[in-house]
Amino acid sequence: MATCCCDTVRESDEKYTELKAVFEKYKDTKGSLIPVLHEAQEIFGYLPFEVQKTISEELKISLSEIYGVATFYSEFSLEPKGENVVSVCLGTACYVKGAGDILDKFKELLGIDVGECTADGKFSIAACRCIGACGLAPVLTINEDVHGRVVLEDVPKILKKYQ
Amino acid sequence: MKTVENKYRINVGMATCGIAAGARPVLAALEKKISESNIENAEAVMTGCIGVCRLEPVIEIVNPDGTKFTYVNMSAEKALEVLDEHVLNQKVLEKYTMDAAESKSFFGKQVRIAMKNCGIINPEDIEEYIAKDGYKALEKALKEMTPQEVIETVKASKLRGRGGAGFPTGLKWQFARNSVNDQKYVCCNADEGDPGAFMDRSVLEGDPHSLIEAMVIAGYAIGSDQGFVYIRAEYPTAVNRLDKSIKQAKEKGMLGKNIFGTDFNFDLEIRLGAGAFVCGEETALMTSIEGFRGEPRPRPPFPAVKGLWMKPTILNNVETFANVPQILLKGPEWFSGIGNEKSAGTKVFAVGGKIENTGLVEIAMGTTLREVVYEIGGGVPNGKAFKAAQTGGPSGGCIPASLLDVPLDYDNLINIGSMMGSGGLIVMDEDNCMVDIARFFLEFTVEESCGKCPPCRIGTKRMHEILEKIASGEGEMSDIDKLEELAKGIQASSLCGLGQTAPNPILSTLRYFRHEYEAHVKEKRCEAKVCKAMIDFEVDAKTCKACTLCLKACPVGAISGKVKEIHVIDNSKCIKCGACISRCKFGAISKKDKIVAKEAI
Repeated sequence: MATCCCDTVRESDEKYTELKAVFEKYKDTKGSLIPVLHEAQEIFGYLPFEVQKTISEELKISLSEIYGVATFYSEFSLEPKGENVVSVCLGTACYVKGAGDILDKFKELLGIDVGECTADGKFSIAACRCIGACGLAPVLTINEDVHGRVVLEDVPKILKKYQ
Repeated sequence: MKTVENKYRINVGMATCGIAAGARPVLAALEKKISESNIENAEAVMTGCIGVCRLEPVIEIVNPDGTKFTYVNMSAEKALEVLDEHVLNQKVLEKYTMDAAESKSFFGKQVRIAMKNCGIINPEDIEEYIAKDGYKALEKALKEMTPQEVIETVKASKLRGRGGAGFPTGLKWQFARNSVNDQKYVCCNADEGDPGAFMDRSVLEGDPHSLIEAMVIAGYAIGSDQGFVYIRAEYPTAVNRLDKSIKQAKEKGMLGKNIFGTDFNFDLEIRLGAGAFVCGEETALMTSIEGFRGEPRPRPPFPAVKGLWMKPTILNNVETFANVPQILLKGPEWFSGIGNEKSAGTKVFAVGGKIENTGLVEIAMGTTLREVVYEIGGGVPNGKAFKAAQTGGPSGGCIPASLLDVPLDYDNLINIGSMMGSGGLIVMDEDNCMVDIARFFLEFTVEESCGKCPPCRIGTKRMHEILEKIASGEGEMSDIDKLEELAKGIQASSLCGLGQTAPNPILSTLRYFRHEYEAHVKEKRCEAKVCKAMIDFEVDAKTCKACTLCLKACPVGAISGKVKEIHVIDNSKCIKCGACISRCKFGAISKKDKIVAKEAI
């Protein structure tokens, strides 16, 4: 498993208090692992090793199984994400309208690949599957904002807004 | 409907696509103006998807007499203008309305059952759903029908699953009813993973109560008191609205204990998916709800016997459920009378890709592809030629122009090598390369294969490699045969639906577009000029105005020239990104077949 920045995580006791509340909320729920992981990621931004370990102890599920689940689903990330997450939709409707080129443009401008984070921690890129806004294809999201009908030339302008 | 008499009701389409296109400021502006200026005869209401995605944001004004006007491409300013003219001055502001002819061709052929309330009611207000006969079917089932009668009604309606395979819904319910157990479950598959499909999202966002009502009915029919909706985390708006609706239904006594004062109890829980396509497969979905990696299980035992936590379980998708209340209210004969012999009712298609009117359309089964593409969809834009329509997503296939007149129903689509799937329908034109499209889908399945069974885990990877080889100009004729053989093997031997259908995009493109594969292999030529290894970019010296725009746009400095000096592209440096083509105002740059490759043959 990739090493992580456990020291910084432990410091954030506040976040751990929040996590405790999540355990409380799901203590009677059958099959609670995935909802717990969702909320843990919401709190920490990703799922660091330490957090997985805490979940393992609390839910009495082996760490290997938690790691297995966390790596199986694309929603969960074991690496910290950038401050701004660029998510280019690669659903079919977007793909036939040139989303692949748009993704390449982001990679080129930011100098990172999908799943990576820029050195300054500002941006990371994700390729996502259909967000269901096919009428606006090609479409991408940056954080919560949706940008639709994007053409190659828009890409630098869009990035600038978040720099 | 809550509309007070003599009031103009302004519906603002606020599904995800509407919001993305800017519907929120439109609604906010209207609400502000109405309250500030004390306009008593108008109210602005959020609704779900109206269906014309291309023209979002869309508002629909319902006059006090019931007539409807659709205003499109709205902004906050335009919407206020509409409010002034239409409501205050009582004049239709024609410059913003949807073209009447277009509206007729887009909506005229549609039959709305699953989407009947979408874009009409406020999805976050249970009263509006109730005013549209909402929860009446549930009341009827609980008070006037036995569980077996409910199942007989669904069976007689000939409703089949709208999520993919088209299994008869009533039969599925019967199997689960026949399984004797102390606990049974009702599950809804709202993990719409098929890229290019968003009909379930529209129902969830536009009419969430119809799903809740149907699931309670299903619970009553099979003898279950607990339901789960497994919904994509990528659909935050849908999750939010469903969550609100569940709370409202509980407060009203339509969910929870003693529903409608009877002794029937049913509870509903939302479970978020986490981005795994395989979880659309029923056993994988249940494994995921249980909290594990979403890997499928061998069947039998089928979920109706041993499903979630090994208890009898039914799983239907959102659209299937959305039909159920109507079937109970209007009778099975009404439903089976729509559509054709073996495929009753309607199907919602998410029409997208290279088509004028992208949007959601609900049509009677048996409508032809030509009607969908040309009459409802308005044809292919920019005068390009229609090449294929892809249905069924990564599990489906490409339908060529020669089959445009095939009626769209379950069996016809299977016969021509595609499938209904969940209802994505992507139109492709002459600029789309079919080898590239097959490769695109295989890339998807390689990534989404859960890895449990070797035919899918290893086989899809091998198929993808062969497609890469062909697309990069390295293919040999024997590769095409290998591809076909592999595809058939994987189809026959994979554990679940994902693997069994993963070869469909390859088999269908091989069946109808074999010449494209052969051109890639024999002539090293990509007809659509998509595969980068087989094209060059060229500046036409006659059209080039030597403006240097393309020079500046080129990320790798492959274009030489200066002002008043015709530009030239060095194809050995060019990465074929197309930035120059999109920048050139004179259309002077185009893609050509790579000459070197031709000489090498």
